[in-house]
Amino acid sequence: MTAGDQALLDVSNLGIRLDTSRGPAQAVREVSFALRRGETLGIVGESGCGKSITALALLGLLPDSAVVSGNIRLDGRELVGLAEADYCTLRGNRISMIFQEPMTALNPMHTIGHQVAEPLLRHTGCSATEAKRQAIALLDRVGLPDPARRYDAYPHQFSGGQRQRITIAMALACKPDVLIADEPTTALDVTIQRQILDLIADLVAEQGMAMILISHDLGVIAENVQRMIVMYGGTVVESGTTDAVFSRMGHPYTQGLFRARPRLGARKGTRLATIAGTVPELADLPAGCPFADRCNLVVDACRTALPPVAEIGAGHAVRCIRTDVALTRDPVGVIA
Amino acid sequence: MVGALLCLLVLGAALLSLVWTPWSAYEIDVAAKLRPPSAAHWLGTDVLGRDIVSLLLVGARATILVGIIAVGIGLTCGVCLGLIAAAQRGWTEELIMRFSDFTFAFPAVLSAIMLAAVIGPGMVTSITAIGIFQIPVLVRVTRGSAGAIWAREFILAARAAGKGRVRITIEHVLPNILSILIVQATIQFALAILAEAALSYLGLGTQPPQPSWGRMLNDAQTLLFQSPSLAVYPGAAIALAVLGLNLLGDGLRDLLDPRLARQR
Amino acid sequence: MHRGLKLWNVRPPKFGAPARMSVFLLRRCLTLLATLVGASLIIFLVLDALPGNAAQMLMGADASPDAVRALTVKLGLDQPLALRYLHWLRGLVVGDLGNSYAYGTPVAELIRERLAMTIPLAILAMLLTTVLALAAGIYTAAHHNRLGDVGVMSLTQIGIALPNFWFAILLILLFAVKLQWLSAGGFPGWEDGIWPGLRSLLLPAVALAVVQAAILARVTRSAVLDVLREDFVRTARAKGLTKREVLWQHVLRNAMIPVLTVMGLQFANLLAGTIVIENVFYLPGLGRLIFQSIANRDLIVVRNCVMLLAGMVIIVNFVVDVLYAVIDPRIKVHEL
Repeated sequence: MTAGDQALLDVSNLGIRLDTSRGPAQAVREVSFALRRGETLGIVGESGCGKSITALALLGLLPDSAVVSGNIRLDGRELVGLAEADYCTLRGNRISMIFQEPMTALNPMHTIGHQVAEPLLRHTGCSATEAKRQAIALLDRVGLPDPARRYDAYPHQFSGGQRQRITIAMALACKPDVLIADEPTTALDVTIQRQILDLIADLVAEQGMAMILISHDLGVIAENVQRMIVMYGGTVVESGTTDAVFSRMGHPYTQGLFRARPRLGARKGTRLATIAGTVPELADLPAGCPFADRCNLVVDACRTALPPVAEIGAGHAVRCIRTDVALTRDPVGVIA
Repeated sequence: MVGALLCLLVLGAALLSLVWTPWSAYEIDVAAKLRPPSAAHWLGTDVLGRDIVSLLLVGARATILVGIIAVGIGLTCGVCLGLIAAAQRGWTEELIMRFSDFTFAFPAVLSAIMLAAVIGPGMVTSITAIGIFQIPVLVRVTRGSAGAIWAREFILAARAAGKGRVRITIEHVLPNILSILIVQATIQFALAILAEAALSYLGLGTQPPQPSWGRMLNDAQTLLFQSPSLAVYPGAAIALAVLGLNLLGDGLRDLLDPRLARQR
Repeated sequence: MHRGLKLWNVRPPKFGAPARMSVFLLRRCLTLLATLVGASLIIFLVLDALPGNAAQMLMGADASPDAVRALTVKLGLDQPLALRYLHWLRGLVVGDLGNSYAYGTPVAELIRERLAMTIPLAILAMLLTTVLALAAGIYTAAHHNRLGDVGVMSLTQIGIALPNFWFAILLILLFAVKLQWLSAGGFPGWEDGIWPGLRSLLLPAVALAVVQAAILARVTRSAVLDVLREDFVRTARAKGLTKREVLWQHVLRNAMIPVLTVMGLQFANLLAGTIVIENVFYLPGLGRLIFQSIANRDLIVVRNCVMLLAGMVIIVNFVVDVLYAVIDPRIKVHEL
């Protein structure tokens, strides 16, 4: 994929080395993607595939011991190696993030009003009363009932869904250019998931933000983003517009992920397909294709080097040397 | 590792003193008082002409004896009460926990003072006082960790299988909190040594002529200007013993509970 | 250990805030009263009922029976136990503690005189402990696993192992014997102004504080580290707060709860330590009074001093309990 000059966020060749309990590990390698203003991008993959670490890298919030290589550019400005003080002016202001666990993402000792007003006070230099007024408006916009009265309430007095609404208000306080939502609904009840996703979608459209939605759930990705990338073993294995990827899955892993998703209305007795084997540990990722050990199309060449990225359609790229074979298989996998 | 070595050193000294000391720790030889270190007396002699090395060796005995008995009392009472509180809940638990909160108000020195005022100072006084002082901490630790075990699924399974509270406590709860108790007991032992030293320093604990490290420090303090070094050795012995036990406790925790160790 | 669980389990409050607080305070006050009465009962039983005839003890074994009987009546020891106990309780409330057997002066006055030295010492030691411990604990947590952290933590490991009275003796050796900057003991009183008094309390307070601070510093460090691992710290960073701001505004208040608990528990040790340290420095405080009274068989003084010390410990822990409710918005009536 090529990064146009108009790209708001341009990530190229991102690599992240982490210190794990089992020694240093290349958690992310050769990850590239671009995001235009107002565009929505999904990152999908199993836990441990590097999607959350990539998100933290965009915010510059990796542990001190992490080594980041490659480039992350926001409006052409390099963020890799950016001084901490400068990064602080971006976080919560131009890039902000919604986290997975609304139960623990809020400070139990501070009122929710204070926590929503905090980024406003920090970045906009407005007065305390103005920040409070805006915070109440934000809380109202995200659908928290009676925000003025509950401004001084503490997080433990709210339900999970309400708390996630509060974290959304916090993330949107300064009208950021990029919103990163890391599994925003995973910890919530199924009935609330849809409400929260709709809220995020409405707000993104309303404010013209770009959004990166991270999820392990293909269904969530399919319905909420324009373009998607599939990550496995710390690298991007497939990328393209959501429509293109879902109609023509070029990577064996994407196909496996699709087959493994549970479906309503499946005939009784249908066995849920699984992908054989387990996700490789970050510390012992192979030199070649990380999916090689679980792939049923694997050939020797897969194990020697990380496969190059191959275009299989307009803006649709796959990191696989067996794509031609994979594409001939039944993508929906009813007979798999 | 270092902790285990230090503990072995102190234990070895105490055991050694049972069969051999360079000089007698009880014989007074005023002519040889306050000698500087020499080949005969490695660390010199005290005001009564007793050999410091011998006193230190024999002193280890009092420390370990008081420590073991006091921690034994504390463990027995504390663990039993803690297990009952965790198993029984309701007002029994409330009562036990209030009792242990209440016991917090009586540090070893305070209990020892009351006992000394009534039955006089001595080893019984210090053992009892230190034992009482151990109970509340052990009750809390036991109740806390046993309570966490009681909340686990396998306890529910055991109850579903019709096992009684006593049986579940002995078969499932106790084995699961044993490692925590061992670590805590090590730390309690260290605290007991500190308390014993303080009590015998104050003259409430081990009585002369039985040598003890705390007593030696009290004797040495009156001669601080003449022979300051006398005040150094017994204190260093106490500090090393306590340091050893604390390090051993940390090491045991890392060994027995790797989950906690990683966080450190 | 399972602190996280608590966050989930809290129920929304049922009462209005003022009602909740007063119910809570009332319950705590009742417990406090019960604990104080319990302590007084134990102390009375041990020091008054156990020894048998205090008059005999006071006069020695070879005193004439008539003289002993006369003293028994004079001290009111011929009255029934319950009456004597109630009499003492009444005295505790109104501040009339009777006369010392040995000195003949009112016990309350004796104690008040000695407290003029013991309380400043305890406060000074507590202040030093808190300042040292918080500074060391926060510093080491902020520099986790770096050289400063390892160094300070090793020092605290040694500090914990030091018997405070030995450390006091070493301080005397250094500052009084070798350097001759300060006197080896004694207390000039407050009549000559505040400085001579404070000067003579300096070494005792340092001796008390360093050992306690070593423990508290470790508690502070691990409490801060625990909180630093919480999700809301990442949220705060994502808002654009610097590490320092997160530490001071978000982490410390959360970390203060375990620190406060340990401080409350340490207060008992501090008082016990004061008794020991007063003996090291020949300070005319409560500790010395107790020991003189034991030597004099002056049980009425011992009884009241012990009651005072135990009562102070109980009251301080009561204050700590109430402080929790002030600091932590989650703590509610039903949890206490």
